[in-house]
Amino acid sequence: MNAVLRTEPPVRPEYVLPLAPAPADTAPRPYPLAVRLWQSGWPRKLVLLAVLAVVWELAARWTGNDLLLPGFLQTARALVDGVVSGELPRYVGVSLWTLLQGYAAGVAGAFVLTTLAMSTRVGRDVLETLTAMLNPLPAIALLPLALLWFGLGQGSLVFVLMHSVLWPLALATYAGFRAVPETLRMAGRNYGLGSFAIVTQILVPAALPAILSGLKIGWAFAWRTLIAAELVFGTTSGKGGLGWYIYQSRNELFTDRVFAGLAAVIAIGLLFEHLVFQSVERLTIRRWGMQR
Amino acid sequence: MNVLPFQVVPNAPLLRAQGVTIEYPAAQGVVRATHDVSFDVWRGDRFVLLGPSGCGKSTLLKAVGGFIAPRAGSLQLDGRAITGPGRDRIVVFQEFDQLAPWKTVRQNVMFPLLAGKVPKREAEARALYWIDKVGLSRFLDAYPHTLSGGMKARVAIARALAMQPEILLMDEPFAALDALTRRRMHEELQALWEEVRFTMLFVTHSIEEALVVGNRVLLLSPHPGRVRAEINSHQFGLHSAGGAEFQATAGRIHGLLFGDVDVADAPARAVQS
Repeated sequence: MNAVLRTEPPVRPEYVLPLAPAPADTAPRPYPLAVRLWQSGWPRKLVLLAVLAVVWELAARWTGNDLLLPGFLQTARALVDGVVSGELPRYVGVSLWTLLQGYAAGVAGAFVLTTLAMSTRVGRDVLETLTAMLNPLPAIALLPLALLWFGLGQGSLVFVLMHSVLWPLALATYAGFRAVPETLRMAGRNYGLGSFAIVTQILVPAALPAILSGLKIGWAFAWRTLIAAELVFGTTSGKGGLGWYIYQSRNELFTDRVFAGLAAVIAIGLLFEHLVFQSVERLTIRRWGMQR
Repeated sequence: MNVLPFQVVPNAPLLRAQGVTIEYPAAQGVVRATHDVSFDVWRGDRFVLLGPSGCGKSTLLKAVGGFIAPRAGSLQLDGRAITGPGRDRIVVFQEFDQLAPWKTVRQNVMFPLLAGKVPKREAEARALYWIDKVGLSRFLDAYPHTLSGGMKARVAIARALAMQPEILLMDEPFAALDALTRRRMHEELQALWEEVRFTMLFVTHSIEEALVVGNRVLLLSPHPGRVRAEINSHQFGLHSAGGAEFQATAGRIHGLLFGDVDVADAPARAVQS
């Protein structure tokens, strides 16, 4: 009876085993090809794009009006024609060159502003006040003023582009800087780094995830501003960009070319996202384990 | 190329804290972290600041590091007043994010050397020497996020020692590690000290860690931090942890820190805390 009521576990003898060698087949096995393809991202996104194209083509067939909604195939034909004739690449080139100048100016401005903000209290006040004031201001609304100041040339476009990149990037960079762990900053000071060296050697790499997302947002804003400016104010100094191409094609009722122009904008965006930003991310923040 | 260890010249205290009072601004007003704290650290010391949370031991360490200016009193290193962060006092923090995630182990150790204008070749040689000393030669080109907590702590220690500071400031460097890894780190730190005899100021809240790591322990009482006692612990090592004398000292410290506890039954509890 007593033995049944006992709740303590029995005392078992100790034992020691000699360590057996590990089995030979425990090395990591590579995944099958299909799984690897699916994991690499490209095939998944291509499938997604193909589905979108089919839906578009079906919608166009169903509408049956080339003037309102040309189909995917018609647009693709217009796009290929434009590229082959060299017309579209010329417009794209003009737009991209303007865009890069404005973008670079905006990035440089944001770097100067945020560096000042991290070094001095006055700099912080300046940055916070200016971004609060100017960030909500649409860049396009500044264009008439810019045309007055800088004339009907590329200068005024670069100015509004800089405006559209500067503030969102400065905000993102500043937020990233402030999120850098205090420990890392103290370590930098411990090694005798000055305030500028702290920014370039500690804050910028540590805040790179935020800075990269600011750069992406700035890139998108710059594109929007540029196309809109070209649409509204047409050609500057005789050389039009992509927005001008879209505007002109609409006037001549070549709706398929309008779509081709829009497709070019989207294609360039995708290309930059994948070739530039994702490569930079892979080489930096993902390699460093700061972002998955 | 001078990669060789530190000199031990015991003639005067290396670090001298006299009547240090530190206050810091908090939400509800100015808070006093330490009050009139004095102590001397000699070259080759493994000096431990021990006390419960709120005794200002980490604040004191940051003041020695030059990150906080004391409200009153003086902090002197080798006869010179401490006015700001400097390369002669290198801090090893508790947090793992003290390593730059964008640098490999080798680059992390070289970074402060290069920041101090040490020629690249010498920086590399020193980095390799110290990485080897902490046993991480196989992980020279690994990024910190691929390392375990103990390995990150080792990199931080190698980085600090490669700077050959006058004094190494350790702010609960092993508190975030698991118990087994922490014990390993104690052993390795001990071996490293036996070999190169650096000077170390070590902050902890564990009585056992204080006795094992240190040769002299400063006890601080909380709210605000005041000196309670200074106790010798050079006779204890990792292997005396279970011994009667060790237990008795741990019990004594527990009694000093928490006053009202009956010293007779303190040892058993003290070791756990």
